Order: sequence, then C-alpha cells, then structure tokens
Amino acid sequence: MTVNGKKPKFAMYWAASCGGCEIAVLNTHEKILDVDANFEVVFWPVAMDAKYKDVEAMEDGSILLTLFNGGIRNAENEHLAKLLRKKSKILVAFGSCACEGCIPGLANLSSTKEIFDTYYETVSTDNPNHFRPQYEYKMPEGEISIPKFYPVLKTLDQVVDVDYYMPGCPPESHQIAAVIDLVIKVVKGEAELPPKGAVIGVGNSTVCDECPRARNVKLIKEFRRIQDIAPADPTLCLLEQGIPCNGPATRSGCNARCPIAGAQCIGCYGPAEGVMDYGARLMTAFASVIDAIAPEEIDRILDGIPDPVGQVYRFNLAGSLLKAAKSAWIKEKV
Amino acid sequence: MTEQFEPTIIGFTCNWCSYRAADLAGTSRMKYAPNVRLIRMMCSGRLDPTFVLRALSGGADGVMITGCHPGECHYIEQNYKALRRFLLLRRVLTGLGIEPERVKLVWASAAEGARFASETTAFVEEIRKLGPLNWGKPVAALENLQEEVSKLEEVPA
Repeated sequence: MTVNGKKPKFAMYWAASCGGCEIAVLNTHEKILDVDANFEVVFWPVAMDAKYKDVEAMEDGSILLTLFNGGIRNAENEHLAKLLRKKSKILVAFGSCACEGCIPGLANLSSTKEIFDTYYETVSTDNPNHFRPQYEYKMPEGEISIPKFYPVLKTLDQVVDVDYYMPGCPPESHQIAAVIDLVIKVVKGEAELPPKGAVIGVGNSTVCDECPRARNVKLIKEFRRIQDIAPADPTLCLLEQGIPCNGPATRSGCNARCPIAGAQCIGCYGPAEGVMDYGARLMTAFASVIDAIAPEEIDRILDGIPDPVGQVYRFNLAGSLLKAAKSAWIKEKV
Repeated sequence: MTEQFEPTIIGFTCNWCSYRAADLAGTSRMKYAPNVRLIRMMCSGRLDPTFVLRALSGGADGVMITGCHPGECHYIEQNYKALRRFLLLRRVLTGLGIEPERVKLVWASAAEGARFASETTAFVEEIRKLGPLNWGKPVAALENLQEEVSKLEEVPA
C-alpha cells in the first residue's frame, strides 16, 4: 500500500518512560508485520538505529504517524517532543507517561535535590566521592554537556500540541492493534480519523462497567490492603470488601484485567470521560462509600489509606490540576 | 509601608442554609471580610473536590466549604458526604505540601448570619497569616513553563 508511490512514514519515540509501551507494541504479535508492510519506519530508537540529525533533516510534516511515549523530564525530552511535533502530521501521546505523567510523574512529589540525593547518595549507591552530574564540563577537546533536568515532570501536551491520546500503562495490545488497523484504513481512504484531541484505543465508560464482579450496596467500615485479606472474595466488588479499587474513576478499555485477576484497579487508563481531575473523582468515590458520619470515625476509616496522594494520583499527578507538590516547584541548586 | 496581603477566598454555599446565612448577614448589615467570593450550589453534597483543586490551582489562597448543620441537610444526608470528601481532600492536600488549614468546612443554618460573618472573617485572617498560596506562580520563575502559567491566568475568575 502506497501513497504517491511511497509508503507513509511511522516513528515511535520514548522520553521519560520504562520501555513497557514499546513491549506492548511488540505484543501485538503478527500485527507488527502490518506496520512494516504499510509504513516506512523512519525513527524508532528502541528498534532501529537512527540519529537525531536524521530526524532534523526530514521535511516538516513528512512523518504521518508518531507514537510518543514517556513524560518530559529533561531538555532532551522536550527537544525531541518539539522536533517530532514539527515533523509529524499525527502526534499521539502514547501511554500513561505521555498522557498524564504515570509513575515517573510521582517524582513531582519531591524536590530536585531530594531526587538527586536519593539517586546518588542512598545506601544502595556506591558513590564515595559524592559525584553529581555537571550539565557543562570543559574538556581539553572542548565543552561537553548533558541535557538539563527539569524540576517537574511534564506531560506531552504541556509542551507541544497533541492530536490524540492513548492511555494505559502500557496500552493494551488489542487496543494498539485496533488503532493500527484504523490508521491503515484511513490511509487507504476507507475510514476517517476521530476528531482532534480524542482519546483513542479506549472505552467510553469506567473500569467498573467492564468488571464482572458483583456490586451491591457499598458501605465501608474499614479500608484494607488486599494482602491483609486472605483470600478476597473473587466474585464480589473489591471496593465493597474495603479494598481501595480505583475502578470508579478510571477509563475503561483494559477489559478490567486487574480486578478479574484478583487485584484492585490502580488507575493506569487515566480519568474516565469528562473527568477533569482523576484524583478528585476518586476522592468523591471513596468518600461516598464510607459508612460513618462522625468526623473521628471517618478519620479512623481514612487512616486505612496510608498514602492518599499515591492512592488517588498514582498515574495522574503530572496531568492533574495541581500538577506537583509544593516542594517540587522550588528552584534550587543541586 | 508594605501593603497588607489580601487573600482571595472562594466560598461554596448551599442553597438552603449557608447561602441564606450569607444573605441574612448582608440584609442585617453585618460587616465581614470582603475577600470571599461565594458560589451557590444546591447542596454541599454537590461539592466535587475538583472545584476546590480548580480554585487553588487558579489563584485562590483558601477555600471555604459551607453547608447545613449535621442532621439538618435539605437532602437528608448529603452534607455528611461533603464532610467525608473534605476530610479526605485535606489529607491529599497535605501530601502535596498545601497547608490543610487553607480549606475550611463551616456549618451554618439559615438563621446564623452572624456565625457566617464571624467564621468568614476568622478564616480570612487565618489565610492572611499563612500568606499567599501562589500555586503555579513559582513556576513563572522557571523557564519552559511560562506559557502554561499564562494559560492558567486566562481562566476567567
């Protein structure tokens, strides 16, 4: 399949991420061959060798589809985000990190100094000379530099204009396959792209809607961690059993994999349709099921959630309304 | 002389009690701090924590949530829901480094204009002592986030 005798171009890039999104793409199995058959892969650092200058030399808008995973943690990430935005017709924030910060976004709870202290000075690090990275260093051969580390991790759309969002940590492979199919159809003129800004490869409801567990009346006297209940009832709603399950606020699309496997939803698919702040929606959900009216009793029940920020913003802090803790905003020398 | 810091407070009131308390305070010509901007809801149970986060991230220094006294909710028990959300929200705000005192819950019946006025004034003084929250403002000092801040400031008050 070609356009004007040439295959459309495809790129995938990882910024601050773990590489799981790339694995998820490979997990589409034989579908990955369709990508190769229908696209010319021009840039994909994890799969093939390419230099940034090759991308810089490309014509603006010449890449049809770029899947960008990872958050914006340093100047290199931002440079590549801006570069790929310029070179791409369709830029997809791919995976939870690019969409809303994900686990790397939890670093927004700490100052840069705390992050560096943990990284370079804790027991598990052998650093007797207390070396720290220097952004610029003069060598006899000339000055060398490394990209600047930003005080807060940003989501892709906080840096550049994003066409589509595809959440998930990582996005489910069957959803990726469906999106690849759709783009191929669009290229062939058999289908139309969704409206700009759409969240793709997802359902339009919540994880609870896909969850087969039975739901009755939720009245909770105690929040418990799943490992403290042995075993949890496999057929009953986890939240009803007092396990803080993030399903009520989380977008559907994963087929409720975690609750079906016996673990609570942790919210990797991000806010459900129409939710402005994921954590706020989850607070509403949790507060609604607590069976108490006296402040002391409510506080005792809430003690069952030992890390409230981690519970309600595990995947969403960088993309939330407040974006980061106060300590992260402070600019300091490290 | 340095100018006194005037906090910006967003106040959420319920249609049946606390809004009427505010109304009573006004018609009774009671004086209270003018820093609070009131938003009327049908019930404190309508208070989505999103509203509070939006206010704080959009420039408010404090948020006052008001509703009917426990047991007196027009919708039977929704103010308890507001209480539970408030208690959980305070824990999350603390985790994000925001002083929990910046969000206050006040019960005021329709007859308690004086209570509404005195609680508002007390809250404004408390926030004045805490100083400006300036959420997102320290960002202006950082490169690359300038654009974002200008976007934040465009949100109509």
